[in-house]
Amino acid sequence: MAGVDNNQLFSAVLAIADDHLVLAHRLSEWCGHAPMLEEDLALPNIALDLLGQARVLYTYAGELEGKGRDEDQLAYLRLEKEYKNLLLVERENGDFAHTVLRLFLFASFMELYWQEMVTSKDATLAAVAAKALKETRYHVRHSAEWVIRLGDGTDESAERMADAVEELTPYCAEMFDAGVGVYPAVSEGILVDPSKLAEPWQAVVSRVFKEAMLQDVSMLDGHQRGGRKGEHSEAMGFLLADLQYMQRVYPDMVW
Amino acid sequence: MAKNEIPLWEVFIRPRNGLSHKHCGSLHAADEVMALQAARDVYTRRGEGQSIWVVRSSDIIASDPQDKEELFEPTADKIYRHPTFYKIPDDVGHM
Repeated sequence: MAGVDNNQLFSAVLAIADDHLVLAHRLSEWCGHAPMLEEDLALPNIALDLLGQARVLYTYAGELEGKGRDEDQLAYLRLEKEYKNLLLVERENGDFAHTVLRLFLFASFMELYWQEMVTSKDATLAAVAAKALKETRYHVRHSAEWVIRLGDGTDESAERMADAVEELTPYCAEMFDAGVGVYPAVSEGILVDPSKLAEPWQAVVSRVFKEAMLQDVSMLDGHQRGGRKGEHSEAMGFLLADLQYMQRVYPDMVW
Repeated sequence: MAKNEIPLWEVFIRPRNGLSHKHCGSLHAADEVMALQAARDVYTRRGEGQSIWVVRSSDIIASDPQDKEELFEPTADKIYRHPTFYKIPDDVGHM
């Protein structure tokens, strides 16, 4: 692609892949532990969608890098600082309110992101976006309905949802930071400028919060950032220890 | 615990256009919107469906198994209600 450095594009695609892998891992932790059987299927279903999106993005990132790294090597065999996912997605699940709110905040961002990416001049990214968009719409729908029901539910569920809003709000701003390598690719029509999505995203969130009887808050001026630069929270090391275990103990294993 | 507050729903899936919705199971959900989503997640994960109906189990009026004799047994000896006495021409094929 003229004017766009493949290395920069590699970094940008890798960051999105990392978001999806890490959130898929977090959601998969609910498997067997969800509050009811129906949700025990719904959350891992969504995790599998995210993992599928991560896989194609890793494979494509590996091609862009051109060093022969495949999806497994990128997903499992990097060091903590080489992961560029948002701090939001690596946070521990917390209670069910935290889990569904985090999913809602991220999925509603990704829905806007994929909507723009569908018209990318990069055919691979446009195709990934078209498939991911359908899946992401369901993630938004499912998580938003839970946010509404818990926010406008019992005294306890409302309190827990309000706590989750307070805790997760500082982490949202990082979604709209354009990371390394994004801008040249944005001006070429290959990547999406996430900062443009901030206002529409806030509008989506405010609409759902209103229906959920939650206080309308600005989610855009948070201060918790670092993941995009590889500076992670304490939770990330434990997450990777779990995630990478098989490949570290049995290098190059396949099944 | 939660089950007492969360009603039961019956799920009907239509596998393809032209077929009718068929009962495939039940689930718990807080309301109709969540019941539809849960039905999608529980019963259509392998491409089983084109359409989903959910009905509150408590809204279904069922026949009493004890009424079996008066409801169903009288039909047992009325074999003339089965169209087995007609010759189907070969040209008609499957009917």
